[in-house]
Amino acid sequence: MSNQNQKDLQKRELDAMCVNESQLSHPWYYNIKYLLVGIIFGIVFVKAEIVSWFRIQEMFRLQSFHMYGIIGSAIIVGALSVWIIRRFQIKTIYGEPIVIVNKPFNKGIIYGGLLFGMGWAITGACPGPLFAQIGSGASVVIITILSALLGTWTYGWLRDRLPH
Amino acid sequence: MLQFLQQPWPWYIAGPLIGLTVPALLILGNKNFGISSSLRHVCAACIPANIEYFKYDWKKEIWNLIFVLGIMIGGFLAAYYLDNPSEIVVAPSLKTELQSYGIQDYSNALIPADIVKWASVFTFKGFFILVIGGFLVGFGTRYAGGCTSGHSIMGISAMNWASLLATICFMIGGFFTANLVLPFILSH
Repeated sequence: MSNQNQKDLQKRELDAMCVNESQLSHPWYYNIKYLLVGIIFGIVFVKAEIVSWFRIQEMFRLQSFHMYGIIGSAIIVGALSVWIIRRFQIKTIYGEPIVIVNKPFNKGIIYGGLLFGMGWAITGACPGPLFAQIGSGASVVIITILSALLGTWTYGWLRDRLPH
Repeated sequence: MLQFLQQPWPWYIAGPLIGLTVPALLILGNKNFGISSSLRHVCAACIPANIEYFKYDWKKEIWNLIFVLGIMIGGFLAAYYLDNPSEIVVAPSLKTELQSYGIQDYSNALIPADIVKWASVFTFKGFFILVIGGFLVGFGTRYAGGCTSGHSIMGISAMNWASLLATICFMIGGFFTANLVLPFILSH
């Protein structure tokens, strides 16, 4: 991989990025499968009230098992799937090996985690639910997304001066 | 059948479906499940402003933006075709607490319509929930390198202890804010 590619890869590996250095180059419509997964995901989000401000308030007041059941069973299913993929060396539908990038520890996980937790309780949503809420017709949540984008941008701007 | 689907889905159906997103994205194209990174991609695509953090080839992560578009579409489909005709059922103790803040409109199951509405954007409560809350979500998720999707579900599924720590911090921040900060803000 060229030097420029390598540097870009490192940047994309930072904190949240999923890195897929697929050597295959696909036409744009191959992305439709991600759209479909997203649609199903969005439907589940709204129908199971995962994106409800009220459910999040209940969660943080220990007034309902619902959200814990969801997160817990999601993790169990996810963990089982990852174990199966690793154990049987399952490949992607294009035959490429599956590589899971583990995000490394840094102090940002603690500071950022606490800050996000605060925002999660206030808005009653994390990023995914915000998009689902907008889709469901709660147009005012666009303000929240714009504020979130401002927050992300501000993070990028202050990054070098923040403790990691 | 439609009536059955219109009712709120239970956690033991929804949770596993969410969990299946992990292998689905991996098998479909070696994509690691995560949503907050979409905020970074949008910044990189629209307002990189010569900031290092946004100088990368965001187009390589376009699957993530398309996935998030799917979430929006899914939200639309669920709300318009599978809408629950009954009002959301909320814990009585929460209802009592919310009533003291003037929140009694449960017609929108997803947001407290009494304070989250366009008319409230420039009121103190509305601004706090929408803008301050939103800002903390955008800033915090990127500082932590992920949200409940990337860390709590994907990270813990992959046995990443750093993601478990992140999740614990999310919960601490949330518990503190929901029980100590929000009541103060909402009752003023």
